[in-house]
Amino acid sequence: MNGQGDAMRDVATDEGYVTADGRKIGGVAMEMRNITLRFGGVVAIKDISFDIRWGEIRAIIGPNGAGKSSMLNVISGFYHPQEGDVIFKGYKRPKMRPYQVARMGIARTFQNIALFEGMSVLDNIMTGRLHHMKANLFQQAMWWGSAQREEDANREQVEKIIDFLEIQHIRKTPVARLPYGLKKRVELARALAAEPSILLLDEPMAGMNVEEKEDMSRFILDVNDEFGTTTVLIEHDMGVVMDLSDRVVVMDYGKKIGDGTPEEVRNNEDVIKAYLGVAHE
Amino acid sequence: MSDTLLFAMEATLNGLTAGVMYALVALGFVLIFKASGIFNFAQGVMALFAALTLVGFQSGQIPFSHLINAMFGTRLHHFGWNMPTLLAIPATVLVMILLAVLVERFILKHLVNQEPIILFMATIGLAYFLEGVGDIMWGAEVKALDVGLPKGMSGAVDDATFAWFGYGFYIDRLEIWAAGIAALLVAALTVFSQYTKQGRALRAVADDHQAALSVGISLRFIWVLTWSIAGIVALVAGIMWGSKSGVQFSLSLIALKALPVLILGGFTSIPGAIVGGLIIGVGEKLFDFFMSPIIGGATENWFAYMLALVFLLFRPQGLFGERIIERV
Repeated sequence: MNGQGDAMRDVATDEGYVTADGRKIGGVAMEMRNITLRFGGVVAIKDISFDIRWGEIRAIIGPNGAGKSSMLNVISGFYHPQEGDVIFKGYKRPKMRPYQVARMGIARTFQNIALFEGMSVLDNIMTGRLHHMKANLFQQAMWWGSAQREEDANREQVEKIIDFLEIQHIRKTPVARLPYGLKKRVELARALAAEPSILLLDEPMAGMNVEEKEDMSRFILDVNDEFGTTTVLIEHDMGVVMDLSDRVVVMDYGKKIGDGTPEEVRNNEDVIKAYLGVAHE
Repeated sequence: MSDTLLFAMEATLNGLTAGVMYALVALGFVLIFKASGIFNFAQGVMALFAALTLVGFQSGQIPFSHLINAMFGTRLHHFGWNMPTLLAIPATVLVMILLAVLVERFILKHLVNQEPIILFMATIGLAYFLEGVGDIMWGAEVKALDVGLPKGMSGAVDDATFAWFGYGFYIDRLEIWAAGIAALLVAALTVFSQYTKQGRALRAVADDHQAALSVGISLRFIWVLTWSIAGIVALVAGIMWGSKSGVQFSLSLIALKALPVLILGGFTSIPGAIVGGLIIGVGEKLFDFFMSPIIGGATENWFAYMLALVFLLFRPQGLFGERIIERV
């Protein structure tokens, strides 16, 4: 799988590199520069820098409380770091609200699933396309002109994603009735519906059984393959991370202790001490 | 057909039309409660304020004239022209939208993530504030509101029922119009919430704030939108009630009648608000018709609350509300 046989990989240059399985990874999409995030006296993230390249699957790992989710919340605009900058597409990003970040093409899922429980699966996924809709209120209400074409185009995109993630059979089901694993998949579908340039996944496999985990891994890889979606994911399950990701950032107590290919990270002394050494699996 | 049955039928019809008027007020509550989880105590006062503003515009009253006169010794009262109703209504809509923007800017924005009870208290404050502003702006005297809706007994209903039953029913034409307008309003709201981007966003915000943010929905915009719509619904309710019984302070008290309607229909359901309003309207009239001779009248004042109390015992989520399930 990706990330293995690293000897064949070019050294990362600004033009990107080619992975062992032949996927082209582009230049830097986003750069986190000296990020420090504090909650009162508690330092959640301490002076962390790393970059995310176009087309790659980038993992952030670390023990509980390492600050992984905080980092994801910084990227998606839910938290604002006291120090440091987020550079997106080469420009320093000003302080933005989460909905503005979403409109820039950064979609996310949540650790504790945040779906619209009262809506059907289809409606949930359609909300992912809200900021692709341009027709005015009157046209929409009257089902006129561009509104109808737009709705059709949006539906088409959504159906494509529904097919892709194999959730056709539940498209009309209210989300509240779905089992946990499927909810996670619907959340992924909603994020994908936005056609994001960067996809953020907060523990996409937490609480799943082995079979569900395998499915989800396959979907993440297929999405990356098919749409070329740049993916940042947080995960606990080491095996999964090593199989999935192109490069890995390792955090511990808010600090970055490792950054590199899965191979490099696996052989990093600090990482072994902080994380792998105490793994219970 | 026996007289009692005929009278009961007439009472039922009157109850249905009266119920529509209650439902109109309840609708405004449901909209805001659904989108933001706030019980907006100020909804009734918003209806009063909207009606006052409409009358003020129509008659060309100078806003704050009493205040200006008291401060500068002037004798201002009217501009000296009348604004046509077709212009005064859009102007009032604009005022209600402005009010929504101000409410978001000065109240909601600062109370994000607070307990519902704190937001509820804020709306009580808003109710008193708005009541005062309405008085200062337009004066406290009772005003007649006429937007050209027909009033008085409906001749058509009277004739038709007389031809069928030999007894003409008395139905107020205004209330028939109110029913038609309420139906239009509900249809418009349904189309809006089901088929437009903003409607979808509104339902999304009502469901989960965090998820709504993550798909690019601005909460602040949606709040302004919700309060604007609630303001417009308040205007419609204000027009109906104002045409019926004059624009005066007691208009804001009809909000209290909306409370039992909401308890019956459920706080989160638009159809619930309508059906709840109808049940209360009909129940009130029938109960009054059958029980007043026995217990001495004036049952309309308390019947709705008693019915709500019974509902609270057996179905606290209302007829259409989301079922309340506590998981431990």
